[in-house]
Amino acid sequence: MAKTYDAGVKEYRETYWMPDYTPKETDILACFKVTPQEGVPREEVAAAVAAESSTGTWTTVWTDLLTDLDYYKGRAYAIEDVPGDDTCFYAFIAYPIDLFEEGSVVNVMTSLVGNVFGFKALRALRLEDIRFPLAYVMTCNGPPQGIQVERDILNKYGRPLLGCTIKPKLGLSAKNYGRACYEGLRGGLDFTKDDENVNSQPFMRWRHRFDFVMEAIQKAEAETGERKGHYLNVTAPTADEMMRRAEYAKEIGAPIIMHDYITGGWAANTQLAQWCQENGMLLHIHRAMHAVLDRNPHHGIHFRVLTKILRLSGGDHLHSGTVVGKLEGDRDATLGWIDIMRDSYIKEDRSRGIFFDQDWGAMPGVFPVASGGIHVWHMPALVSIFGDDSVLQFGGGTLGHPWGNAAGAAANRVAVEACVKARNEGRELEKEGKDILTAAARHSPELAAAMETWKEIKFEFDTVDKLDVSHR
Amino acid sequence: MQDYQSSLSDPSSRKFETFSYLPEMTPEEIRKQIEYIVSKGWNPGIEHTEPENAGGHYWYMWKLPMFGETDVDAILKEVEACHQAHPNNHVRLLGFDNFAQSAGAAMVIYRGKTV
Repeated sequence: MAKTYDAGVKEYRETYWMPDYTPKETDILACFKVTPQEGVPREEVAAAVAAESSTGTWTTVWTDLLTDLDYYKGRAYAIEDVPGDDTCFYAFIAYPIDLFEEGSVVNVMTSLVGNVFGFKALRALRLEDIRFPLAYVMTCNGPPQGIQVERDILNKYGRPLLGCTIKPKLGLSAKNYGRACYEGLRGGLDFTKDDENVNSQPFMRWRHRFDFVMEAIQKAEAETGERKGHYLNVTAPTADEMMRRAEYAKEIGAPIIMHDYITGGWAANTQLAQWCQENGMLLHIHRAMHAVLDRNPHHGIHFRVLTKILRLSGGDHLHSGTVVGKLEGDRDATLGWIDIMRDSYIKEDRSRGIFFDQDWGAMPGVFPVASGGIHVWHMPALVSIFGDDSVLQFGGGTLGHPWGNAAGAAANRVAVEACVKARNEGRELEKEGKDILTAAARHSPELAAAMETWKEIKFEFDTVDKLDVSHR
Repeated sequence: MQDYQSSLSDPSSRKFETFSYLPEMTPEEIRKQIEYIVSKGWNPGIEHTEPENAGGHYWYMWKLPMFGETDVDAILKEVEACHQAHPNNHVRLLGFDNFAQSAGAAMVIYRGKTV
């Protein structure tokens, strides 16, 4: 029977709290960590989040009755305690797939983390996880090439790939910058890398950088007989300019380009990723600005969500944290989002912060990139934690070698190969790391010098954002 | 401080990917790497090439990949046979992972003289 119009303010839970609802396979599911204002009931807040992130507004409107609101609305269907934290709770919300434009992470996120994050009834709100149904995954382009194709293009098998971010990040001329790349590549790296804020500044315009770096790649390839690349950062003030830089990179034969997917924007990223797919280019993704969103345990967007966004929007590499280096990252949580990047099916696992099963179908995987404050002594742990399908990136850990970049690169290459060889032999890397590296250094003066330089450096601060798995 | 020894004119600067920055493996070490390939359930395969043609994606296949072969000695024997037939070539052993549709392992076991 048709409903009648009854103007005024209704409690959200009358419409949006549906504890008996069984989510459909095609629903987009979200888990929010909700910190309500004092005295507001959990069900009401959860329902408000569902309403404000989908169809609702604060009052009933007559136009609600022109549509089948019961079909289009988001539904809060479950509430759970957060282990060890009474100030907040988890709210699980199901959204019908028709609420979202196909292939648009921009649209999904504008709904899910849009107006609702400023909602007054909340003290804080954090989007912990999203389950993208396979039906939605299939509408997205995903990584331009994926792990397996990248290995084939670059002829790299059976080991992690090695990279190096060129430092100082800013201030080098294009020719000097290309020199730093050439030295690293001839020493045995697979990649060198622009840093996130290297775009086209007055001291080094992008086109000069691209030209000099390409010569560095070509000479290092001829010298070593191996395939090499440099992530040319095409992030630009406008999407048109970004595409112009990408086109030029392709024209000069560069195999891989790079984008800052959060500061550059997801629409631009998706456009670039689609272009890379059509043009046979690899795409490296930097996550600058992510910590603004993901570091506060009570407010923001968890990195595992940003990881899923990137896999859908498109990228072949994504920075993941190192677990062992200078940047934030709990080990189990990091392992969780590494799986989200690489695997085709990830099971719910609260011990790793994964709230939903996630099925990626045939969508290719993304290489996790471990970068930031790591050096040869970390190599055994990195190979053990990340396995072969990863890019290990040593910036200071290459360029800071006392004999220069080529020696620093060779040290890292010898170390990674020694660790992979030992792992394959059945040795425990994290226990026997010192012996493995010491033995390898007997054949490599470059590695011996690196081990001497960095032996004392450690980063042992506790993480700020811990998993909510145990009572603190 | 040491100078880094590598140049276009020095053929010994040429590398061939995984494990080529380590010294050549002893027979015992090669055996362990083959055991690893077998333990992962990958299919061993052998390829070889003249060193001057090492840059392409396709090397010559030595027979077919040894689908389902788990006998380390049998695999070693084939590597040896390929080397005997092509003593001047690079000979590499691969572990084909049919689920990933990729090589889980790839290593040059006999190194030809680089050019």
